[in-house]
Amino acid sequence: MDRLKKTFDRLAEKGEKALVGFVSAGDPDMETSLEIIRNMCEAGLDILELGVPFSDPTADGPVIQRSSARALEKGITLETVLEMTRRIREYSDIPIILFSYYNPVFAFGARQFYTFALEKGADGVLIVDLPPEESDEMTGVWEGNELSLIRLIAPTTPVERMKTISDSASGFLYMVSKTGVTGSDGLDTSAIESYVKTLRSVTHLPICVGFGISTPEDVRAISKMADGIVIGSAFERLIENHLEDDDLPELLGKQTRLFKNATRKGYV
Amino acid sequence: MSTEHAYPDLKGHFGPYGGRYVGETLMPAILELEEAYHTYAKEPAFISELGTLLSRYVGRPTPLYHAKRLSDHLKGAAIYLKREDLAHTGAHKINNTLGQALLARYMGKKKLIAETGAGQHGVATATTAALFGMACKIFMGVEDIKRQAPNVKRMELLGATVVPVDSGTGTLKDAMNEAMRYWVGAVEDTFYIIGSVAGPHPYPVMVRDFQKIIGIEARDQILEITGKLPTTLIACVGGGSNAMGLFYPFIDDDVEMIGVEAAGLGIDTDKHAATLGMGSIGVLHGSKSYVLQDKFGQIMEAHSISAGLDYPGVGPEHALLKDIKRATYVSITDKEALEGFRILCTLEGIIPALESSHAIACAVSTAKERSSEDVIIVNLSGRGDKDLGTVFSIFDSKK
Repeated sequence: MDRLKKTFDRLAEKGEKALVGFVSAGDPDMETSLEIIRNMCEAGLDILELGVPFSDPTADGPVIQRSSARALEKGITLETVLEMTRRIREYSDIPIILFSYYNPVFAFGARQFYTFALEKGADGVLIVDLPPEESDEMTGVWEGNELSLIRLIAPTTPVERMKTISDSASGFLYMVSKTGVTGSDGLDTSAIESYVKTLRSVTHLPICVGFGISTPEDVRAISKMADGIVIGSAFERLIENHLEDDDLPELLGKQTRLFKNATRKGYV
Repeated sequence: MSTEHAYPDLKGHFGPYGGRYVGETLMPAILELEEAYHTYAKEPAFISELGTLLSRYVGRPTPLYHAKRLSDHLKGAAIYLKREDLAHTGAHKINNTLGQALLARYMGKKKLIAETGAGQHGVATATTAALFGMACKIFMGVEDIKRQAPNVKRMELLGATVVPVDSGTGTLKDAMNEAMRYWVGAVEDTFYIIGSVAGPHPYPVMVRDFQKIIGIEARDQILEITGKLPTTLIACVGGGSNAMGLFYPFIDDDVEMIGVEAAGLGIDTDKHAATLGMGSIGVLHGSKSYVLQDKFGQIMEAHSISAGLDYPGVGPEHALLKDIKRATYVSITDKEALEGFRILCTLEGIIPALESSHAIACAVSTAKERSSEDVIIVNLSGRGDKDLGTVFSIFDSKK
């Protein structure tokens, strides 16, 4: 177990940073989505965030809203996402984080969710709209603590709160690079550097930075300060622009390779 | 008032409902808002300034009017109307927007945003922004922009920017999604004025407290007019702010409370907005309550002829009142609401909002079953000018 820790340890040894890729599970359909994920894994993706589609994704910008809607049109549910997890696990040891809004998990049942997520091979969970203030109702019914609880830290999070959040998190911390929804423009690397530095002072967990990171240059810049880089909208935009193309999975693999190379030290 | 109904708790929970289900970027903002609300809203200067605005600008207290011709026609209980339609901007929404905008000013925020369905909350927010000299953006679904066109023009006249929202069904839920997304990016200098007793804590309690003036006045007025408490209170429920405002001051009294949801084309169809009647427990827009959803936790589309009730969620305190049976919730179809609309026009010379027409329709059927000793107070939450386009197109098509 503990694929997350092993991944961060392995990368540290090699002097690389983790490339964390988000895709909406089942976009544009389940089989293509699984092919996309396979290509991304083969191209060197380090951690997979598998997005559970939700009807009202209030933390997401237009790109992920549309990807979520496409998946929902194909009838993707939390149950399907768990089944996809199992199928990915057949060929890959990549750490899988289930990324969801709370309502689908609540409807599924938090206790059942924990059992199924582990059984199908997931490593962690990130619930966007479940802050520490409310999360006892979910983790309180979990029978064990084998599922990492990834938590968000925002630019608005005061340092004392960063510490509280870190204390209840495991796996890694997801540092949101800026205020705004996913896929927003404009990356302020000096601001991010300062958030990461502050966060570093109160946590021992690896720090992955996400939101608004869209080019290999962005990845290279963030690699200098964080332990991992999360890419979501940039992958989903590529999917959206090539929905009709037969080589869609390969395109995602190619893009993953570009981003992955940028996480390697000394790579130009 | 006694403290038997002591909700919410310190974390904003109304029993199993309410709470704060938002992303981390917004958490510090709602914690700051909670603290500011608890600090400033109790200050004598705040209370006095809000009180002065409510009386001299809004025109409070609004009358409690005995609808005698309607009552005589029904030959049952006496119906009294709490005339929130006579408040400035034509609906109860301004009670809350003034309170929240004043809080924004105390917090040093100069930009306001709001979601709107019927446009009444949008108009009230835009009005308040003009009064306070604040910038204002209103998020409104494209479908609602069509059916509530006069209110869009009004908001623009008042200096607000109306942002059309075309995601989902282009109605209130989608407008609220978009307002929340915008707020995430502008949280440092922008105050989000939520118009209903929904959203994350402290909104449900804060909006209730700014709206409870309706019930406080109605209680005093009915005691003065009839010498006793009413038998029954009736109010429409979308998110539930006008109902909570009327109900709350009577919560420890022996008074029946009926919330009226929109049954749309019928609760046996999939075109309704009867969240408490037909929904199940879930999390939407920052709080736990009843929602219209499928078994996988995906939120479903609501339907109502009235944009203000066309919402698949409901305030968490209503969910609690339903569970503990302190209030009952019924539903009225589009068709019945139109009948309520018509009867109030012709018998009382009052053109009600389609939202309030649901409460009227419920009062009509309830009054008929009650004795002449009984007194029903209906919250006439808004005026119907904004709905004339919708109503004429339906009445004309039947000619």
